[in-house]
Amino acid sequence: MSSVLLARWQFGITTVYHFLFVPLTIGLAFLIASMETFYVATQDATYKRMAKFWGKIFLINFAVGVVTGILQEFQFGMNWSDYSRFVGDVFGAPLAIESLAAFFLESTFLGVWMFGWDRLSPRLHLASIWLVAVGTTLSAFWILTANAFMQEPVGYVQRAGHVEMSSFGQLIANPQLWLEFPHVWLGALSTGAFFVAGVSAFGLLQQRSGTVYQRSFAIAIATALVSSLLVAVVGHDQAQHLMQAQPMKMAASEALWETSPDVAPWTLVAAIDSEHHRNTFEIDIPGVLSLLAYNHLHGRVPGIHQLQAAYVRQFGPGNYIPPVRTAFWSFRIMVLAGMLMILFSLYGVWVMMRERLERHRQFLRLMVAAIPLPFIANSMGWIMTEVGRQPWVVFGLLRTADGVSPTVSPAMVWTTLLGFAVLYGVLAVVDIFLLIRVVRGGPEPEEETAASPDLEVAPL
Amino acid sequence: MDLNTLWFLIIALLFTGFFVLEGFDFGVGMLLPWLGRTDDERRLILNTIGPFWDANEVWFISAGASLFAAFPNWYATLFSGFYLALFFLLVALIGRGVAFEFRSKLTSPGWRQVWDWVIFGGSLLPPLLWGVALANMMRGVPIDAQMNYVGTFWDLLSVYALLGGVSVTLLFLLHGALFLTLRTEGAVQARARKVALSIGAWTTAVTFLFVVFSYIETDMFSKLGIDPGTVPLLAGLALFSVQFFIRARRDGWAFAMTSLTIVLSTATVFIDLYPRVMVSSLRPEWSLTVYNASANPYSLQVMTWIALSVLPLVLLYQGWSYWVFRRRIRLSDPHEY
Ligand code: HDD
Ligand code: HEM
Ligand code: HEM
Repeated sequence: MSSVLLARWQFGITTVYHFLFVPLTIGLAFLIASMETFYVATQDATYKRMAKFWGKIFLINFAVGVVTGILQEFQFGMNWSDYSRFVGDVFGAPLAIESLAAFFLESTFLGVWMFGWDRLSPRLHLASIWLVAVGTTLSAFWILTANAFMQEPVGYVQRAGHVEMSSFGQLIANPQLWLEFPHVWLGALSTGAFFVAGVSAFGLLQQRSGTVYQRSFAIAIATALVSSLLVAVVGHDQAQHLMQAQPMKMAASEALWETSPDVAPWTLVAAIDSEHHRNTFEIDIPGVLSLLAYNHLHGRVPGIHQLQAAYVRQFGPGNYIPPVRTAFWSFRIMVLAGMLMILFSLYGVWVMMRERLERHRQFLRLMVAAIPLPFIANSMGWIMTEVGRQPWVVFGLLRTADGVSPTVSPAMVWTTLLGFAVLYGVLAVVDIFLLIRVVRGGPEPEEETAASPDLEVAPL
Repeated sequence: MDLNTLWFLIIALLFTGFFVLEGFDFGVGMLLPWLGRTDDERRLILNTIGPFWDANEVWFISAGASLFAAFPNWYATLFSGFYLALFFLLVALIGRGVAFEFRSKLTSPGWRQVWDWVIFGGSLLPPLLWGVALANMMRGVPIDAQMNYVGTFWDLLSVYALLGGVSVTLLFLLHGALFLTLRTEGAVQARARKVALSIGAWTTAVTFLFVVFSYIETDMFSKLGIDPGTVPLLAGLALFSVQFFIRARRDGWAFAMTSLTIVLSTATVFIDLYPRVMVSSLRPEWSLTVYNASANPYSLQVMTWIALSVLPLVLLYQGWSYWVFRRRIRLSDPHEY
């Protein structure tokens, strides 16, 4: 395999892996901060036990998020040095701002929160978890500023083999960013919410520490409903924006080889023959693609062949078609997961409002099984976004194949690829094992919190 | 001063912060299996750095990201060039980072021992690699006209570079031992002091040897002259004074002196480099400098505004977090890790 392909695999694997932990960190941070806010406001110790229980899980998850992030920060230089030289002037800035303005905040106040239960006044302690939550959000904003530039370059001028920043304002006003950031952030919130709801459902099924799980479930299911509805709304806006910014990505994720008729049908499933550029089988729903793309029942959506011809005219000869099958299916899986999430959380809220949750054991089991849904949606969303942009690494400016490090041999990339894959595999096993232990252990029992003098807080 | 030089200074500052802060928690990590005889003692040791280590590591992440923003070519050349060394560094940091969190989650002694050794290895390897990297950056590495490193991993491992590695490792070990004397009491504190006492002289000796070698191996002599100037001389003096403070049981002073040594030594390296950032051993004119490696003036301007408004805040709240956890840790305290 060539260096490019290996470097792509390495980037894809490590980034998707990092992004399994990231959304849970973001989502949990806000949920825990809310729980602790209830504690400080009501002085009800149950909320404190909730914050501590979810906090334990949060910390295990955060640790893996941090260490996998460190690798992210340096692999641009390692495997993508020509890319780094090409975009560094623009792309480096948001990365640097992220670490100065977000990572310092997150890591410092997480340390304070974690070790500060009995050193700080309840209000200061509460402030520190909110600062962690703000930090995770800032971090998402700045890294997505960098990513949005790759999707839709703005605020730059091109000079002698590289790009230079010409307007920082344009960089952060990038329309792509203002869709990507809310979509990702809301997706992260829904990830935390489904996780808390699922684990609480598991706890309720085992009938332990009822109140902690009941209240956690209530907070989580309400958050889940709001966030998964909004994530779909923003997703719809993103699709419309794609029509202007990267129509090829849209066409690929629809497996739309030829420009559609005026009332464009949405393909539910298709058997895609990428080699001969056709679909041998498809099930269509009339009008829905026009709706997705333009918010109207009319409107042609340009096809892959027409776009390919247009790109050849614009950028010179070459193949501008991304992997169609991957884009098509990743998009569908994300949307399906999103729809299921909306349905489940709607039903959950309905059940909560009517009667006692514990009687709906079937539904509780379903919520346990639903924990993977947002994780799947997140991974598929990134795969669609990044694979659909190919062959570009920076849309319209730099091809992925031109971004790799020229002096790093395939053998070296193999070494690190295998090394990180094995390491990450081990981490995943240990992480899941520990999470299961913590979940099985459940929250601290009520008596213990009150009886042990070490843990009792003396309000400062 | 132009912005390129200012950014060179900011990056030097970030690396200095990283070495001073993460330096002691690398040292504490290396000492963990040796100074903690019982599990409680080991937890005590881990909790001395518990609230701090991640924020300390962010100094490194910020240094790396600022390199990317201000000197994209430096970032690209350094990390694609020192490829395998960086791989080992990342493996060490990954293992160490999760080990802190995972270790005390299970009570099984075998489990805890495994993670203790991961912390040990993950704390030993980075200073070694940093020493090797700094030595190579001062001496120069094969960089071609396209700014690409054209050597191999093994080219980085000369006797001189290894000596650099050993000397940085010893310095951090000493720094960590002194940190423990400040944060603990009783048996662990006594042991930490004993370690500091016994490696103090070694650290000074190896470091001086490294400096002598540097005069022979690098162009330091022609750059700095026989009298190297105030900064390196004070670095040497500070290091030399550490042993006397340890003997006099002035732990705070001893720790201040290792910190000062690290600050001034890092400054020396950067002074020696300036205005180059990566020295080419093939041809001097192929070296990367703060001018040919930098981002465009507008980027630097934007970044300057942001860094100068954010960094003081960071220093403020990080300083505050050290103040919150200023009390010594006792065996009887509840341990988070
Ligand atoms: C939308 C959010 C998001 C995305 C797309 C990424 N990250 Fe991330 N990252 C976070 C959100 C985040 C976070 C929420 O801030 C983390 C996750 C867990 C954590 O501890 O902080 C984090 C941790 C984290 C850390 C460790 C920080 C520390 O020590 O505290 C680094 C260095 C990076 N990330 C770097 C990256 C890079 C270079 C990425 C792009 C390729 C990337 N992350 C994608
Ligand atoms: C916010 C930051 C980013 C995130 C979350 C992200 C996420 C992803 C995801 C999910 C994939 C698909 C994985 C796969 O195909 O297996 C991917 C692929 C890829 N990304 Fe990104 N990415 C980010 C930034 C970047 C950057 C800065 C680069 C520049 C080098 C980059 C280069 C690539 C490449 C080369 C691939 C492989 C594409 C392919 O295999 O088709 N990405 N990324
Ligand atoms: C339910 C309807 C949904 C729709 C219509 C939708 C739509 C989209 C679209 C069009 C993109 C590509 C944007 C681009 O390339 O610029 C995208 C990306 C993405 N989606 Fe979704 N999505 C939905 C649900 C979800 C859910 C439930 C999650 C996670 C919980 C999610 C997570 C993501 C992520 C992480 C990305 C990549 C980042 C980005 O480009 O915004 N999506 N989505």
